[in-house]
Amino acid sequence: MAVVEDKAIPPGELKATDRFGMTSKRAAGADERLASTGKLTQWLRRPEAGAAGGLLATIIIFALLPGAANLYSLQGSMTFLTLSAELGILATAAALLIIAGEFDLSVGSMVGFAGVVIGLTVKYWGLPLWGGIACAFAVAIFTGYLNGLIVVKTRLPSFIVTLATLYILRGLSIGITRAVTGRTQIPYILEGAPDPATAGIFNGHLLTGLFHWMGAQGWIATRSDGIPFVAGIPMSIVWWLGLTVLAGYVLTQTKYGNWIFATGGDLIAARNVGVPVDRVKISLFVYTACAATLLATIQVMEAGSADTTRGLLKEFEAIIAAVIGGVLLTGGYGTVYGVLFGALIFGLVQMGIFYTGIDTDWFKVFLGIVILMAVLVNNYIRLKALGRGGGK
Amino acid sequence: MTASAQMREPAMELRGVSVNFGSVRALQDIDIKVYPGEVHCLLGDNGAGKSTLIKVLSGVYRPSKGEILVDGKPVTFRSPRDAQELGVATVFQDLGMISLMSITRNFFLGREPTKSSLPFSRIDKERANTIARQAMADIGIDVRDPTQAVGTLSGGERQSVAIARAVHFGARVLILDEPTSALGVHQAAMVLKFIIEARMRGLAVIFISHNIHHAYPVGDTFTLLNRGRNRGTYAKSDISRDEVISIMSGGEDLKAVEAEIAGLLAQIGNRPPAAP
Repeated sequence: MAVVEDKAIPPGELKATDRFGMTSKRAAGADERLASTGKLTQWLRRPEAGAAGGLLATIIIFALLPGAANLYSLQGSMTFLTLSAELGILATAAALLIIAGEFDLSVGSMVGFAGVVIGLTVKYWGLPLWGGIACAFAVAIFTGYLNGLIVVKTRLPSFIVTLATLYILRGLSIGITRAVTGRTQIPYILEGAPDPATAGIFNGHLLTGLFHWMGAQGWIATRSDGIPFVAGIPMSIVWWLGLTVLAGYVLTQTKYGNWIFATGGDLIAARNVGVPVDRVKISLFVYTACAATLLATIQVMEAGSADTTRGLLKEFEAIIAAVIGGVLLTGGYGTVYGVLFGALIFGLVQMGIFYTGIDTDWFKVFLGIVILMAVLVNNYIRLKALGRGGGK
Repeated sequence: MTASAQMREPAMELRGVSVNFGSVRALQDIDIKVYPGEVHCLLGDNGAGKSTLIKVLSGVYRPSKGEILVDGKPVTFRSPRDAQELGVATVFQDLGMISLMSITRNFFLGREPTKSSLPFSRIDKERANTIARQAMADIGIDVRDPTQAVGTLSGGERQSVAIARAVHFGARVLILDEPTSALGVHQAAMVLKFIIEARMRGLAVIFISHNIHHAYPVGDTFTLLNRGRNRGTYAKSDISRDEVISIMSGGEDLKAVEAEIAGLLAQIGNRPPAAP
């Protein structure tokens, strides 16, 4: 960062009174610089600006392509929203951790492992559903804590530490499941569970009454028996939006949120002013593992089965959604609302390509291009935020 | 000034402090007393142990030997936070500012004012912005928008935010590590003015600087460090500007270097520069 030089006056020519009477001049200079901030710049300074623009562009592109009617129908919308929700639950957690300066590559494996824990405890230990879910969250808290502890104690890159966890958890999922059941899937978990109502918290629908009424009015499509195709708003979407709002509140409104930014922005500086950076990081590793477990619970309750391969590559998709959403990979900058847009773009593109009839093999090509564009836009916005650039 | 200060109890004192890094003795047997209402300059060439000493004073390093006293009581700093809680605040050379965060967020980092005591209660942003703006105005910087990123500020303004923060949060000992080294003339003047203001408020200021034009006018006491040892503490009346300059620049060593360069220039004076 270049130091702004004022009109050079040799120090020798300055009297003490002159030297200390200059504040008004300095203040005037500061004002001039501030005045140059335009409305557009202010809007662009918002880290979610790029993602919002990207989402708008994606919506328009798919509206112009064939299959738009199906994609944007109520049913089509719910499908891509559900996809976005499942990714968004992970991506919001990943985003907070990235803002704090770390990665968690083990979330995908955690999704698989948590599902296995629920499946085994319910089917083979005879626990009620809530008991199985509680066990899965206990395992998640332990795993997240361990990830965080290893990262802050050894100061190894979290990339490597959680890459190890990725393999360990996936291996444990497959190994334990095969050892106990002889297969890699655990089916019929909900059958015979004493508390089927618990599942409703994760696989139910909200506003079913409203959707039923809308079906009766003929406003939305119904089956022959009068039940609408879309029974309500899936709980996964409710969880996603709820967690996004909560995470957004914590990040921007609370002291802990301030610490998350500071931890990722400048670790040493944050520690020097007394921010408990280790606790911040560990707690966020616990959060990412718990978010993975929430997703696993939703999937297990919806499918009624656990599969050791669930959550494969989800860790990267979560990071991608966060980056598309304007979160800086180097930490210290980002917003969860941007991540909401990022997850929406992801879900929309995935379903959109399906509905347009384009070979879905091309999804990944498109995804790669989107990632590259997102990173370029992010970089541009960050430079805007800092004026001409510079800083960290 | 210094004479009356000596009557009082030092705000901070080091007694026989040594710091070893493996076999390297970075500091040996350092005694320093810093009094309220005094600007105490730490002088020394590179490698004299200034940085290590600052880190001991601010709680980053713990001394291998010796003790630290604050208000006459022995203390142990386990972290910079411990030191801050006892009123010892340090403005590091890299400022400890996070460029992507706003002025207000930086100002209150670690001490955010909240509206209630619940773990996830809101930061009182309105109050935080008002206080930050006021604290900056007190030192002559008109911050119209305290929500702008610190990265958009100039070096002098950032330095001022850091000092304003330390003073606002009740520092009684203010440690400034090369606060004027990267600044232009006006900005350095602004920071020096603020050092004097801090002194008048009764703070003990420890001022580390390479620049004699900055250190000598504001300093009351000068401690000279050389190769990890304290070479003496002098009141301003006991040491002249020239003596300080000579010590800071390495004294006679510099004359030897000058003579060597002069000799070298005389030797090559008649030859044209070598072709690239």
